[in-house]
This record gives sequence, C-alpha cells and structure tokens, in this order.
Amino acid sequence: MTDPVQSPVLRLEGIVKTFPGVRALDGVSFSVLPGEVHALMGENGAGKSTLMKVLGGIHRPDDGAIYVGGERVVMAGPLEAKANGIVFIHQELSLATELSVAENVYLGELPRKRFGRVDWKTLAARTNAILKKLKAPFDARTRVGDLSIANQQMVEIARALTVDARAVIFDEPTASLTDAEKVVLFDVISDLTADGVGIIYISHRMEEIFKITDRITVLRDGQYQGTVATRDVDEEAVTQMMIGRKLDLSRSALDHELGEVALEVRGLSCGELYRDVSFQVRRGEVLGFYGLVGAGRTEIAETLFGLRDPSAGEILIDGEAVRIRSPADAIARGVSLVPEDRKGQGLVLGMNCRDNMTLPQVDDLKAGPFMAEGAEIAIFDQYRDKLDIRTPGWRQKVGNLSGGNQQKIVIGKWLSMHPSVLIVDEPTRGIDVGSKSEIHKLLRALAAQGYAVIVISSEMPEVLHVSDRIAAMYSGRIMRTFTADEVTEDSLIQAISGLGDDRAA
Amino acid sequence: MHKGRLSAALKKGAIWGFIVIELIFFSIAGEYLSLSGKAFMDYDNMLLLLKQSAPIGIIAMGMSLVMINGNIDLSVGAIFAIAAIVLLDSMTWPIFSGLGDWVIPAAWLLALAAGTALGALNGLIVWKTGVDAFIVTLGAMLGYRGIVFMFNGENPTSHLNWTLVDMAEAQFLGIHTPTWFLLGVTLAIWFVMTQTVHGRNAAAIGDNREAAVNAGIRVGPHMMINFALIGFLAALSAVVFYSESGSVNPNDGRLYELWVITAVVLGGARISGGSGSAIGALGGVIAIQLLRKGLGHIGVDTSTVNLVIGLILIAVLILDRQLNVKGKGELRV
Amino acid sequence: MATLTRQQIASAAAKQGILIAFALFMIAFAFANPKFIGLDNLSSVVRSSAILGVMALGVTFVVISGNLDLSVGSMMSFSTVVVLDLHDKIGPALAVPAMFAMTLALGALIGLLVGYLKLNSLIVTLGMLSAIHGLTLSYSGGKNMDIADKAGTWFSVFGQGSALGVPMPILIFAGLAALLGVMLSKTPFGRKVYAVGGNATAATFSGVPRARTVFTCYLLSAACVAVAALIQASRSMGAQNTVGQGLELEVLAAVILGGASLMGGSGTIFKTVVGVLILGFIQNGLLLMGLQFYVQFVVTWVIIILAVWLDIAAKRGKLWSRIA
Repeated sequence: MTDPVQSPVLRLEGIVKTFPGVRALDGVSFSVLPGEVHALMGENGAGKSTLMKVLGGIHRPDDGAIYVGGERVVMAGPLEAKANGIVFIHQELSLATELSVAENVYLGELPRKRFGRVDWKTLAARTNAILKKLKAPFDARTRVGDLSIANQQMVEIARALTVDARAVIFDEPTASLTDAEKVVLFDVISDLTADGVGIIYISHRMEEIFKITDRITVLRDGQYQGTVATRDVDEEAVTQMMIGRKLDLSRSALDHELGEVALEVRGLSCGELYRDVSFQVRRGEVLGFYGLVGAGRTEIAETLFGLRDPSAGEILIDGEAVRIRSPADAIARGVSLVPEDRKGQGLVLGMNCRDNMTLPQVDDLKAGPFMAEGAEIAIFDQYRDKLDIRTPGWRQKVGNLSGGNQQKIVIGKWLSMHPSVLIVDEPTRGIDVGSKSEIHKLLRALAAQGYAVIVISSEMPEVLHVSDRIAAMYSGRIMRTFTADEVTEDSLIQAISGLGDDRAA
Repeated sequence: MHKGRLSAALKKGAIWGFIVIELIFFSIAGEYLSLSGKAFMDYDNMLLLLKQSAPIGIIAMGMSLVMINGNIDLSVGAIFAIAAIVLLDSMTWPIFSGLGDWVIPAAWLLALAAGTALGALNGLIVWKTGVDAFIVTLGAMLGYRGIVFMFNGENPTSHLNWTLVDMAEAQFLGIHTPTWFLLGVTLAIWFVMTQTVHGRNAAAIGDNREAAVNAGIRVGPHMMINFALIGFLAALSAVVFYSESGSVNPNDGRLYELWVITAVVLGGARISGGSGSAIGALGGVIAIQLLRKGLGHIGVDTSTVNLVIGLILIAVLILDRQLNVKGKGELRV
Repeated sequence: MATLTRQQIASAAAKQGILIAFALFMIAFAFANPKFIGLDNLSSVVRSSAILGVMALGVTFVVISGNLDLSVGSMMSFSTVVVLDLHDKIGPALAVPAMFAMTLALGALIGLLVGYLKLNSLIVTLGMLSAIHGLTLSYSGGKNMDIADKAGTWFSVFGQGSALGVPMPILIFAGLAALLGVMLSKTPFGRKVYAVGGNATAATFSGVPRARTVFTCYLLSAACVAVAALIQASRSMGAQNTVGQGLELEVLAAVILGGASLMGGSGTIFKTVVGVLILGFIQNGLLLMGLQFYVQFVVTWVIIILAVWLDIAAKRGKLWSRIA
C-alpha cells in the first residue's frame, strides 16, 4: 500500500436498529472515503434502506455511532442530517412541481431582501451556479413540472448541493432513466467525487456497479458481510456474498399432472411499461415473476386484472381471447389478484374481517334482498380454518390484525371466488418469518389443487421456493424463463440485472 | 419554450379569450335583444362593470392566496356581512359621538379589524386542531351568519353619513373609488403571491405539503396569515361597498364564496392547491361580471343568471378534469 | 400494542363522550326548565326535527360513501315550491309524483357529476346549491307559494295528520329511518357504500362498481329531500322560496354529531337519528332558555368543529395538531 490512509468522510460503527419482532440492523460498520463511489448491495430485506434512513436522520439507531469527517454526530431529523453534510437522494422524487427549479432547490431557504421579498437575483445566481456545476440542460427559472424525470432528479441533486455535502447517498437512481440520461448522471457523480464528496450508491444493477464504483459493501439479513474493492471481484463473488446461506430449495416435487393452459398471453405491451410479453400458465403450476422495481411485473398483473389497457397483444383465458376492461370483468372471467399494497389496495381497514372477505361476491350472497349473513360467516369460518387466520372473531376490524393475518384475509377473499387464475403480487411483503413460510406452503398447495398461480416477488428465496417456472424480467421485457430444475441464483440475478445472455446455467 | 409550456400558456390565457368572446357575443346579441338603446360596449358601461366587479373581486384576491396554499374559505360572505354591520352601526356608537366626521376612519378600522379577527380565528382553528379548512369555514359560514342575525334579527342595519357617501362615490381620474381599490388589491396580492417569501412558501405548501414540511417550512403560521388576510379583504370589500350604499341586510353576501371560488377557478387556480394567480382571478371576476351584465342586457332575469353561473363552475371543473386526464395505460382507479 | 389500546380508549371516549355530554346536558336543561322534559315539548321537538331528520338520512349515505351534499337545502326549497305550485295546477295526486320525478332528476345530475365524472363533491354541490336556488326563483317568479284552498285537500295529511295518536311526520321519519337503516346495514348495496367510502381503491380492486354506488347514494339523498319537502309543504300549506336555506349545514351537523366520519366509511342510520335528536334538543333547549333563535347557528358551528376535532384527535392520538 503506497497510498497514505485517508480519513473517511463518513464512518458507521456498530449500528443497531430493531423494530418490533425484527433486528433490521445488527452491528453494521463500514466507512466511506472522500472522493470514492461506494456501492451498498444486498437483497431486499438485507437492511439497506433501514441503514440509509438511519444515516438520513429519519430513524435513530438503538446502538452504535456515526462519524462525519471524524466527528461524532447525532441526527434528530432530515434537516439536521443535511446540516451535517449528509444528503439523501430518494428513489421517489419529492418536489413542488408548480414552482421553479430555483424555488425547489432553495425550498424553505429562499434568500430575502427587506420587507420579506424574495431576492430573485441572488436565488437565480446561486441556483445557476449549482446547475452549471451539474451541467444541467435547463436554467433556474424553469417550472419543475415541465422537466423530464431525469431532469427532475437533477433538481433533487441540486437541492443536495446547497450545502457543502460531505456524503451523498443515491437510492436506485437509474430506475427511470434512459441510457443517455444515465451517462449524464454518472458524469455528475464523477464531478462530485472530484470535489472530495463521498458517494454511497445503492443498486441491484451489476452493470452499473462494476462501471462506476470503487468499493462494494454487502449486507445480508441486517449483518455486515464485508467490503471489497470493485476491481478485485466479479459478479459471481458479489452474488455469493449477498446470498451466502443455504437456500431451502426443497419443494414438493411435481407429483400432480399439469392441467390445461388456463392463461395465455401473447405479445402483450403497454406503452413504456412493458413490451412484447408472452407466457402461459397451466392449471397446477406456479409461474413466478422475478425482477427489480420498475421491471413491469405489477403492471402486467394490473393489465390482467382490468386496471390498465394494453396497447398491443392478446389475452386468452381457457383458450378464449378476452378483453378485460375492469376488475369486475376480470373477476367474472375467473382472474383474481392479491395486490401488492395490501392496506391500500387489498383491504378496507375500517371494515370487519368477514365483510372484507366477502366483498367481491356480495351480490351473490343474498337471501331475497338482504345479505345472507349465515352464508357469509360460513365462508369466513372456512377460510379462517384453512388458512389459520388468527383473529378474535369475524367482527374484528381488519386494520387491527397483524400483517400476516391481513394478507391471509386477502388471500381467503380471492380463494373463495374459486378463480381460474390467481395472481399474487408480493405475497409476503412486510410479514413475519413464521407466516411467510405458511403462505409459501399454501401457494404450493393451491397449485396441487389445480389452481393456475402467478407469483410476483422481489425476494429470491421466495420465488425459488414457490415457483415451478420463473420469468425473469428487466426493463419491461421477459429476459428469460427458467424451469425449477435449471435455475440458479447467479443466472437469475444476471437475467434481472439486464445481463441477458443464454449461457447454460 | 419547453414542452407543456404552450398548453399551460394557453390555459392561462383562456380566461381572457373567454372575456373577448363574451364581449363580442353580447355586443352582437344586444343589438337584437336589448331593450335599451345603448350599445353593450359603451365606455361608461365598461367602467361600471369594473366598479361592480370590486366587491367580489377584492375577496377573490384573498381566495387566490388561500387556495394556492391548499385551503378554501367558505365563510367570506358571512364575514363580509359582519364587517358591513360593524362599519355602519359603529358610526352611531356613543363612544364616537364627539368625533364628528372623524368617526369614519374609526368605523373603517373597526370593520377591518373585525374581519381580520374572524379570519384569523378560522386560521387558528385550522392550525391548532388539524381540522380541514373546508369544515372549519363551512361551520363558520353558519356561525358567523348566526352572529349577523343575532345583531338585528331580519332587519337591515343602516346609517347614512353623507361625507362618507360622497367619498365613496368620488372618481379619481375618471375611475370609480371601488375600481381603484380592486386594482390596488390585485396589485398587492400579486406582489405577495409572486414576490414575497411568504407567498412562495404558501404555494409550496399547497403544491407538496410533505416536501415543504421536510424543508422546514412552518405550515401553521403561513395558513393563519392567509386566513387573516382573506378576512381583512372581505371586510375591505364590505367597507368599500357599504360606504356608498349605507344599508346592509342580514342576508347580504350569501353565496359570495361560491362566486369568488368560481372566479378564482376560472382564472386558472386548482382546488387542490399549488397553482393560481391574482391576475387570473381578476380575469375570472371580470368574466363573471361580464356574463351577468351581458345576460341582463339581453333581457335574461337575475335568477337565471345564478343558474348559469352555477353551471359554468361545473363546466369548468369538467374541463379541468379532462385536460388533466392522462392517456392510455394509466391505472383506472 | 399499548398505544393501540390508548387510541381505542380515546376513540371510544370521544364517541361515547358525545352521548354522555348530551345526557348531562338534558339533565341540566330539565332542572333549569321543567317544561323541557314535558311530553308535549319532547314530542314537539321530535316532530319538528322530522324534516331535518329525513334529509339527514339521505345525506348519511352520501357521507358514508366519502362525499358531501351541500345542495339539499336549496333542493328542498325547490321541491317544496314545486309541489305547492303543482298542487293547485294539476291536483295533489299528480303533483306529488311530478315533484319526486323532478327532484330525483336533480339528484341524478349530481350523481352523474360526482360519481361518473369524478368531480369534487364539495364544489359541485356548492355550485348546484346556487343553480337550484336560481331555478327556484325562476320557477316561482320570486313570489311565495300558497295553496289556495287549504281546508279542502287531503294533501295536508303528510304534515298535519296523525295515525294512532302519533303525528305523521314522526311516522314518516321513523318508517324511512327503519327502511334505510335496513338497506344500509343488511343489503349488498349498503356493504358497497361502506367499501367505497372506506377505501375506494380497495373497493375497485374488489370489483365494486364505484361510480354506480356513488350515483345511487345521491339518488337516495334526493329522494329523502323530496319526502322532506312533502312534509314541509303539507304542514305549512305555503312556503317562501327560501324555506330550505341553510338546512344543508344543519343536516351535516346532525350527521357529524351522530359520529359519521367526513372521510367516509363509517356511520349508521341509527347514529344519524341520534344526531338529529341531539341537535333538535339542543336547539330547543336554547330556545327555552330564552336565547335568541339565531344563537343555535353559533352553537351548531361550535358543535361541528368540536365533533370533527374530537374524531380526528382520537384517531391520531393527540389533541393538538402537529402540522408545524
């Protein structure tokens, strides 16, 4: 080593953060040097976003210390984090779209003249200086709502630079960018590093990681796995660090006959969201969809459920071409969707368990003009037992149940419709480990009973455990479809990271 | 011009285009249908139009600020009536008996203070309890109107002070006093909304409240200031109007809030907040007043005019939704 | 889970608190003025609350579905004027159905705008308030409506008649409350109303027809307005064209007092009836205390704000807001 040891711009020591029931961060330590691009990698649930929230002042760590430029800091909130020189560029932009770029960059800190007037000159000068540094193709007076997403992201970055940033954290910054726009972003990042700023770059995209980063830190299950120099490793090594554990790939072997094709999709496209998607699902099998956020999986599900109009392609249910114009249509055709956002889309939290469960078939459970409450309760009882739903009774408001039990109510709701095709989007997001495995077993059992099941997931162990076949998606396209026998973690990760190649696993 | 700028500019200019269309329509229709011999676009008529726009117009300026801030105020009509009563009645109070004509500015100040206080009360409730502005001001619409009726039952409150009337009827440079106030207030609110930190922060709050809060902007005080301001302007409007008229009925000002909101929305503001302008609101006010005058000119009765204005508001809402609807491939919820 | 229990307690206290406060209030008034508790007074309050109550039943559906209806006051004025006018022109047997048809048409228009076109219900119904007011003035020519031969028609039975010693208005109110109560709590339609108001997105994701449900709620509201207008017209046999002015706010106050949340998804017919009675007794109590008639407007204002504030405060666990 001939380089003198540089003092890190940001250092974390032994950060611990627990939430009820789960230890999200278990003694994480690493440091970021000035002028380096430091990647932070790990699967979903590994703890990356919790760590960033701790750094960004949104969570207080239960134990451990944060040092900025050698000095210990304690952050009470996002404003304090910014004051300490730590800036967080979120994945979801939060800008005031009717206001100008300059007003957004200096939101809450507009320079003043006497009588409370805005000092437009100073504001424009300072903003343009920052924009020039970022080589932005727009000026300070532009209305933010008129900018493209990529340029809006640049406004967020500009916001970060109103203070002397020591460390800038990027969370999946390229999710919505075109290739050309990515190049611009990378230029910005290299300009920042030239100024001695330390960059933390959170991403799953291998191609980018290996292009622009200097070191990589990997987290797994809330624990620090190690830091390596990017040039010393390759994708396989990093993947190995991320996954590490022995995966329980045991699956009840396909001991039943596969039925007919329940759902077939040909050349389905929806604008920019996904293109030319084709696949089949038979009764008795589970088709998994794996990919990054924005890959287009949920959008396909929404189309199948009548919430989106496709721009091209065909959908065939039980061999018959159909047009699905609304959820009611989809339900009538035997398609059920357990949505991604169970509280926002799957349940009416203020209603009780039974009513939530019988909602889609409320018109069919009648005795004369009235609800057949006995029949409703029977349905609830049936699925409460089948799915082992823990609740004091059907009158309990669904909002009071745990996440796992809420999810079971949603699943029960759709199972009671006896669908031809059951689509489950992120079945175990935010659910405890015990309930997770119950739901996985359930999905396998459903296939054995003859349902055609589609599972969309962002968690690799889940999709590997549950699926008979896996469609790997990247940027709106199905890159490759694996069977359970041929899939490996490495090839799967490569497929969803855009490294489409047909190497035999 | 950036993409989207053209359509935004068109939208902003739309209200003035609408005004031009109205002028043309009523001038022509007036030739055939009007009972009076005069042309519609008579100079005096147009000046009168501006004067008659003042009561609604002054309040509309306050509403622009309140709405860009993400709120709404349904109690302005009642505040208007209370301020009028305070103005006229206070001139007869014994405390002021020795002041002679100096009672006039005292009455003005009292009326303005009353309006500001009532507005500030609304703002304080919104700030401290977290109850939505429309509920708070919906209740105030009833409560303040109750206070109006409590004062003198169903009887009018009158007081005639000829000095005051002369002042109110005066014209400077050929333009009526109320019109001067309207123009002055428009300029002042334009200034506040576009040039002051308070105005820009208020717009930020209405546009993206979370971002504003995260940036350290204090939502409560800004909202309260805007409510106090609209209360002040409602009182100012009453002062300007009733100085001349000298008599107020307890039902006066009813439905002013509807007309004001219609004018502001016509002028380009969105109900959800974050956008709007003083100049646009002025355009909206003039457009509505023009419609009233025009319809009257061709012989339509006033109750039908109410009907038409209610329907126009609805038409504008539909148009606004259509223009904002995104294309195919969007989530249909 | 400790916070959950505290919130539940706070919320229960807020809801029950209103009933407890009301009970205390009734006791206090009874002591202050024994006339308050007399049967005559009690039944007179219930009878005069009937009109407001009937309107509140319909508005309950609209509020539970997550919307507002500020047009009910002027709609009631319109319908009252129309039925009185038509009574003398085409006879009561035809006038009543004609009035119902016209009122329902107005309700359908609002339902179309808010349900199918998804416009903001506050602004739309505020605009309709003005439009219908104009319509009423136009129709009546600004004059008051009176039935010419008041004694010689059966029309007065709705407002002035009685059966088994119970005044008609109370019977109609009770009957309608029972009918609509069953509809809301025991039919599929009622379930859909709660779903749309509780979480419109989740309702759509469950195949519930949101637009049609909202539309029907406005039809029901209009139907209730028509019934209220019938009672009013038949009681006074004449009316000014501002007879319903301001009622929309009192109706809203009653619904809120009864515990329905303006966010949608909660409330019941029974609770609305309680709210109507509470409001009626408060107003009556104030009158008996010798206070001016208009004081009740101020009191209603305070009640609306307090009721919504306590509801919100119970949900967030804190009395004061923290909006910075």
